[in-house]
Amino acid sequence: MELLKRQENWNITYTHALGEIASWFFVQIRDNAKIYGRRCAKSGRVLVPPRAFSDQTLEPTTEWVEVGPGGKIETFTIVYEPFHNLPEPPYAFGFVQLDGADTAIGGFFKGVDLADPAKAAEKLAVGTRVEAKFAEKRIGDLTDFWFEIV
Amino acid sequence: MSAPRVGIIGIGQSAFKPRRDDASYPDLVREAVNLALSEASLDLDAIEAIVYSLSPDAMVGIGNAERLGVDAVGGRNKRFLRINTGGATGISSVAAAYYHVAAGACDVVMTAGADKVGECGDSQTVLNKIWDPIYERPLPQGTITMLAMSGIRYADKYGMTQEDMANVVVKNRKHASLNPNAHLRKEVTVEEVMASRYISWPIKLMDCCPQSSGGGAMILASERYIKENRLDAVWITGVGHCSETYYIGDRMGTGYTADHADAYALRNSFERAYRMAGVTDPQRQVDVAELYAPFSNTEYHSIEAAGLAGLGESVAQVNEGRFSIGGEIPVNPSGGTLCTNAIAVTAMIRVAEVALQVSGRAGGHQVKGAKLGIASGNGGDHQFFGTMVVEA
Repeated sequence: MELLKRQENWNITYTHALGEIASWFFVQIRDNAKIYGRRCAKSGRVLVPPRAFSDQTLEPTTEWVEVGPGGKIETFTIVYEPFHNLPEPPYAFGFVQLDGADTAIGGFFKGVDLADPAKAAEKLAVGTRVEAKFAEKRIGDLTDFWFEIV
Repeated sequence: MSAPRVGIIGIGQSAFKPRRDDASYPDLVREAVNLALSEASLDLDAIEAIVYSLSPDAMVGIGNAERLGVDAVGGRNKRFLRINTGGATGISSVAAAYYHVAAGACDVVMTAGADKVGECGDSQTVLNKIWDPIYERPLPQGTITMLAMSGIRYADKYGMTQEDMANVVVKNRKHASLNPNAHLRKEVTVEEVMASRYISWPIKLMDCCPQSSGGGAMILASERYIKENRLDAVWITGVGHCSETYYIGDRMGTGYTADHADAYALRNSFERAYRMAGVTDPQRQVDVAELYAPFSNTEYHSIEAAGLAGLGESVAQVNEGRFSIGGEIPVNPSGGTLCTNAIAVTAMIRVAEVALQVSGRAGGHQVKGAKLGIASGNGGDHQFFGTMVVEA
């Protein structure tokens, strides 16, 4: 028998409030091109991206600490497949432990030729030194900066 | 404390397929419900409570689709609730059904659900939305990239190669070829896996689970009810859950408690289930395992978290055939999540398959003499690990 289908598209706009901690963090990125973490007074660990409380001690964080711009790659991936509403491939992104931070923050890796997957992956190996680079025009978003191999 | 025994008395699962254009979403739920009722020789009146198994709404494209499913499970006038723990939804639903019975609230409980992932335009677009909109979603994070990044760290830590990943695919596809309900049933070679295109380095197309459509249902009952009605059952003797913290970036760097390479909280979850079941030496006591692993690389850290191999040691043992049907402890004899992933019920099918194994009814992919099996489900980015021990 003939089986019919019906198409639907969800297109919903949300406006998310960032809260005090993330707002301060992104203002520093936007206005001063500087990345800050929050220190947990109890453990001394510096959380980047900054949170109002530590995931480990569950205590409030108490102090802003400037980190980076240097750091090292903790993990990465290179995407070669297109997905709806996500960037055009190929692109590389992953997580970097910035100098002075105890945790890793996500960002794109730029300046690496991704045409040959194996060669690109070798360049982005865990432990590779990178530096955060900032866009000239910044809006207060995670994509205001990215990482390049030093 | 000795827990009351809860038995599994009915199992229903679809033959999973890429699409089911012949069935609407509730039709698919009903299909699994009918199979489970028929196996248990029960009618819907005997069921006292329903635990509805449904992961993110956007995957089926119906908000709170448990409402639409309420008639398919005969939910009218019954206790009815929905569980969503992402990829772990199915095993969390079995656990919730278990708790109804173990708490003495009900004698007979059914959990059921279905998924039609093939109807979703792009499941990674939906799964991108599970990330924090402030710090993470500006990046094209998805479940494939999340687990690719786990694979990168696992490979860096223990030396796993992409050929090692391919060996998991070859094993599970071979197993799936023996299971008529599996979605991807065609056997593949290491060369074919290696030649498939990159999706998210180091994960290639054949390292990925498919987007499956189908339903699952299980009926659980109290020991008293099972004995009074002289029913056949296998027993859930251990139940565990455990969560990790939220941010991926907290599972690397310095001073972390869990490495994103591994599945630390899955190990804790298994330890809880083992303690409850009295399993002290899983490598000796476990006969069969159905471990949730939607990408080839994640089967390695899952085997290790289940205590079936030491950290970093599962790679060599998969290569040696220890976890294949005919080997010492077959892992994913059904073909596993790698060959079938109807997300809302995937982790339920892990429990159902182990129940079939320990009752000797797994058919072509039966593990000979299996008496004790384990199952797991993983949801979110390591927030919802669920585990079970099932015994004959």
